[in-house]
Parts: sequence; C-alpha cells; structure tokens
Amino acid sequence: MIEAIRFWAIVVLIAFGLFFTFVSAVGVLRLPDIYARAHTASQTDTLGAGLALAAVALALGWDNMTIYAVLLLFFVFITNPTAAHAIARSAAETGIDPWTKDSDEEGESK
Amino acid sequence: MIPSGVTIEDIFLAAAALFIVLAIMMFYRAVAGPTTQDRLLAVNVLGTNTVVILALLAAGLDEPWFLDVALIYALLNFLMAIAISKFTVERGGVL
Repeated sequence: MIEAIRFWAIVVLIAFGLFFTFVSAVGVLRLPDIYARAHTASQTDTLGAGLALAAVALALGWDNMTIYAVLLLFFVFITNPTAAHAIARSAAETGIDPWTKDSDEEGESK
Repeated sequence: MIPSGVTIEDIFLAAAALFIVLAIMMFYRAVAGPTTQDRLLAVNVLGTNTVVILALLAAGLDEPWFLDVALIYALLNFLMAIAISKFTVERGGVL
C-alpha cells in the first residue's frame, strides 16, 4: 500500500515536472523578446526542475544520497531565478528595448 | 496499485529521454537568438535541464554518484550565467 502510494507520487511529480519544463521550452522558443523569455525560464523551469528533483529525492528514500538531491533542489530554487535576474538586468543595461505591440508592425522581433 | 511490468527505473529513464528532447529544443534559441542575452538564457535553461537529467539517471540507473556531478554542474552553470552577464555589461563582450 505504502509502496503504491510512493510509486504514484513519483509518477505524478515527474509528470508535472515534465509539463512545466515543456511550458518553459515552448516559452523560450516562442515569446517575443528577452525579458519575456527570462520570465518564463525563471518561473516554469525552476518549478519543473524542482518537481523532478523532488521525485528523485522521494525515489532514493532514506539514504545518504537523498541529502544530495535535497541540496540540489534547494540550490536550483535559489540560483535559477538569480541567474535569470542577472541576465535580464544585463539586457537592460546594454540598452535592449522591451517588446511592444508597435515594434511588431515593423516586422522586428528581437 | 503498481502496474505489473513497469518499474520505477523505467519511468525515470523515460523521463530522462523526454527531458533530453526538451533540452535539444533549447539549441534553436542558443543558435538563432538575436542577442547575447538570449543565447546565455538558452544555455542556462539547457544547463538546468542537464542537472535534472543527471539526477534522473542517478535514480534510474542506480548510480548515486551522478548526483555529485549534477551538484558541481549546477554550481558551474550558475557561475557561468553570472560571469557572462557581468562581462557583457562591463566590457561589451565575453573577452
């Protein structure tokens, strides 16, 4: 019984992790400018990676290596938004303008 | 109840394969991205995906030392993103 609950919890965590990573990949490929892409990459990818790493930690059980998985989960949650923030800030400081509806009419998609 | 014939390792390996497909999709943005920051963001997301793939393989292949590699990779990935975004502002390029 406990084994079945653990199995399905791992399956659900991996499925949601895959879904959110897929949303992140589509967003990075399809959104119009660097700011929107940094937004989708920091939010959805952090959640997708976090759920997948939580599934790994759950599968390893009470083991020394679970500490590594939890540490990795914590670290991804801290560093991924920080890196996206630094990238968006460097884009702002090098003078890239945010995308608006007007720039769409010029046929320019940066 | 657990379906017969499906082990938890199979699920981890299948998920790792799907994550690899999603990581390959990032190469388009890394190659075609109009600005340096687009490429940097794509490589950063790719690195996060690599960390997840390594963790899934550690559980799927039952080789827990892959998690050490994943931890180091996450650290280096973060350091690279911060360093390149700093250099792009202060020196106008990576070099």
